[in-house]
Amino acid sequence: MIVFGYRLPAMASLILWGLLWELVGWMELTFFIPPLSEVLVTLFEIIGTPPFLKALSETAYAFSMGVFFAVGIGVPVGILMGRSRLLDELLLPWVNVFLSAPLTALVPVLMVLFGFGMKSIIITTTLFAIWIIILNARTGVRQINRSLVEMAQSFGASPMDAFFKIYFWAALPEILGGVRIGIIRAVKGVIIGQLLISIAGFGALFELYSSNFLMAHFWAILIVLFAMAFSISEFMAYLERKVSYYAANR
Amino acid sequence: MANRSLYLKLLSAVIIFGAWEIAGRIPVSYAFPTFIDSMVALFKLAADGTLFVAYAETLKPLVVGVAISTVLGIGLGIWIGLSKIFDWLFSPIFIVMQSAPLAALIPLLVMAYGIGLTSKVFVVCIMAMPVIVLNTSAAVRHTPVSMKDMCRSFMGSRLDMLFKIIIPAASPLIFSGLRLGVSAGFIGAILSELKITPTGVGDIITFSRSIADYPSMYAAIFSIIVLAVLFLNLLERAEQLLFKGNDRGYVSD
Amino acid sequence: MAMSQIKPVLTSTETAQTDIAVSVRNISKNYGAVEALKDLTLDFPRGQLTSLLGPSGCGKTTLLKIIAGLLKPSSGEVEVNGKPVVGPGPNRAFVFQDFALLPWATVMRNVAFGLELRGVAKSEREDVAAKYIRDVGLAGFENSYPHELSGGMRQRVGLARALSVDAKVLLMDEPFSAVDEQTRRKFQEDLLGLVQNENKTFIFVTHSIEEAVYVSDQIAILLPRPSRVSEIIRPTGFRNKPMDQIRRDPEYLDIVDDIWASLRSYVE
Repeated sequence: MIVFGYRLPAMASLILWGLLWELVGWMELTFFIPPLSEVLVTLFEIIGTPPFLKALSETAYAFSMGVFFAVGIGVPVGILMGRSRLLDELLLPWVNVFLSAPLTALVPVLMVLFGFGMKSIIITTTLFAIWIIILNARTGVRQINRSLVEMAQSFGASPMDAFFKIYFWAALPEILGGVRIGIIRAVKGVIIGQLLISIAGFGALFELYSSNFLMAHFWAILIVLFAMAFSISEFMAYLERKVSYYAANR
Repeated sequence: MANRSLYLKLLSAVIIFGAWEIAGRIPVSYAFPTFIDSMVALFKLAADGTLFVAYAETLKPLVVGVAISTVLGIGLGIWIGLSKIFDWLFSPIFIVMQSAPLAALIPLLVMAYGIGLTSKVFVVCIMAMPVIVLNTSAAVRHTPVSMKDMCRSFMGSRLDMLFKIIIPAASPLIFSGLRLGVSAGFIGAILSELKITPTGVGDIITFSRSIADYPSMYAAIFSIIVLAVLFLNLLERAEQLLFKGNDRGYVSD
Repeated sequence: MAMSQIKPVLTSTETAQTDIAVSVRNISKNYGAVEALKDLTLDFPRGQLTSLLGPSGCGKTTLLKIIAGLLKPSSGEVEVNGKPVVGPGPNRAFVFQDFALLPWATVMRNVAFGLELRGVAKSEREDVAAKYIRDVGLAGFENSYPHELSGGMRQRVGLARALSVDAKVLLMDEPFSAVDEQTRRKFQEDLLGLVQNENKTFIFVTHSIEEAVYVSDQIAILLPRPSRVSEIIRPTGFRNKPMDQIRRDPEYLDIVDDIWASLRSYVE
């Protein structure tokens, strides 16, 4: 948008909202909203502290393991579904069910089966991410331009060559798109898992701060969490853009 | 052909439920009931009415929250789509909200609004609104230029443009945004029941877990998933029915 | 198709003192540093069809939209029937390249849409629309939806809509480029009939040389960078011939070849 002839960057309004936050906190309108400056100060205070780092490493561990499994299982399953009609017809209904199901409802089951620990959180994360990854991998394989397939056959490409030199790259933008959305869902999954299981990671910190009414601390880690989630998703979008320059002509 | 597809769907259901049954009999874990046990428990819960009372309780914040999110979300989305200033002001907030784990805000809401209906409605709203707003504003912004030109060339007024061109053209995307919003709202409703105070179906889940009545717990969870999936599928059908052909009429195929 | 045959026309083929319906004077249009149109001057005689012909990027659609009032020129004036153009008006109607139909409305509502926007009462505008639906040969399809029609039929809906508002000037932006070749030829024949029977001025943008020479009373050749009118051609001899003999007429073929010769160096 253009003001007085200067082009303002797209996310700049967040600065305005930040100022509003500062004002509201300063006026002490509500106990729950301390001034932004106080939150930021607290943020820098706690970033180096052991509880924070412990929470961060636990969350990061659960998150990366969850994503690892989701991608490691999801992408191959999706590819197989895209290539085998039988498998597709058997599995697709379930993928669709779990895509639209409120996965949160499954967390109690996980807690009961796998206990209150890291295992359940990792499985929650995986479950949140895997369905969209499967779906997009499947779509990526299915929408490979028929002409590319015929081209590979007409030039006598071996199956390995065909897969690694053509099909994989043709399906990649779609697969990456699925992974990006999957990662965003994984972040939600790891948080929801921690909230419901709440003895590890940031979930525990939230409990701690809220029960002691340490508002500035609470908002501080909230901001850290949001910032991390946002940067991860932007990073994925960046990766996707790098690959998608050829996506429009698939 | 249709028969084969139906047959395979049934087959896959049989396979999965059969696997569940077998896993329950082994048993995989003391806390893993068989499929049949869970279905029996489900039937019992339905028969004595507990299930329906519980759902009435659970659906309250969901329905209220979705209704509010729909009205506010679509209104805000249209405004953002039409006005560059509003777009600059509000889009970043909703974009951040969409990629952020909003569930983290639940403890805060509980602190602020207690453990009653209000905070549950809030939870549903913050989960559902971002996707509704962003879809609506994107749809409004992407109204085909030639249709807007056409309206201007025949001297349509600004109101004509909004109600006869922009909103009808945006309807399919708005509706699918609504569908995603309802789906997110479901998650919010369940989360708030499991986390804030157990009422409704969340109560059945937590209570049965505490007395180790696993069949009932699984039954309740099964019912939630089935309900959500059925409802969202219905919305998808409605979307296809209402808007078939809508995106193919104005561009040369 | 219910359009009438061409009646033998006794027009004078000289350019002397024809009444000017639309006049464009020193029109320039800049998009930042890009000059889409520069100092363009052109007259459009009343009751005739003038084509704007040129390679892509020469600004012909921009000029058409300026005449329609959909775009504002950076400088210069446009006059329609002696009155300056400040925006869209009831004296001009536009036919769009991609049809611009409302996909959620029936053919009847689409054709009547121009009148609906002018506040004409429902029964009255549906009567007018019904007449033009018949005229363009879509009788029986009043309650169909655009996605149920072929490309050619959709464009006829767009044409009927433009005719319904009874504007004196009809602006057509490559109206036949989105339909298949056979339908396109039929449309060109029908257009000849339309020009004869309706007492309107037609301004027609195309990039097809044969199409321009076939349908036009006057062809303005536009060249790009900077956009300017390089020539004005008035095909004379074959205007009165029956439709199916025009494409074999020697003068027609000569004009087509000449235009191609002068345009070919501008093709990228």
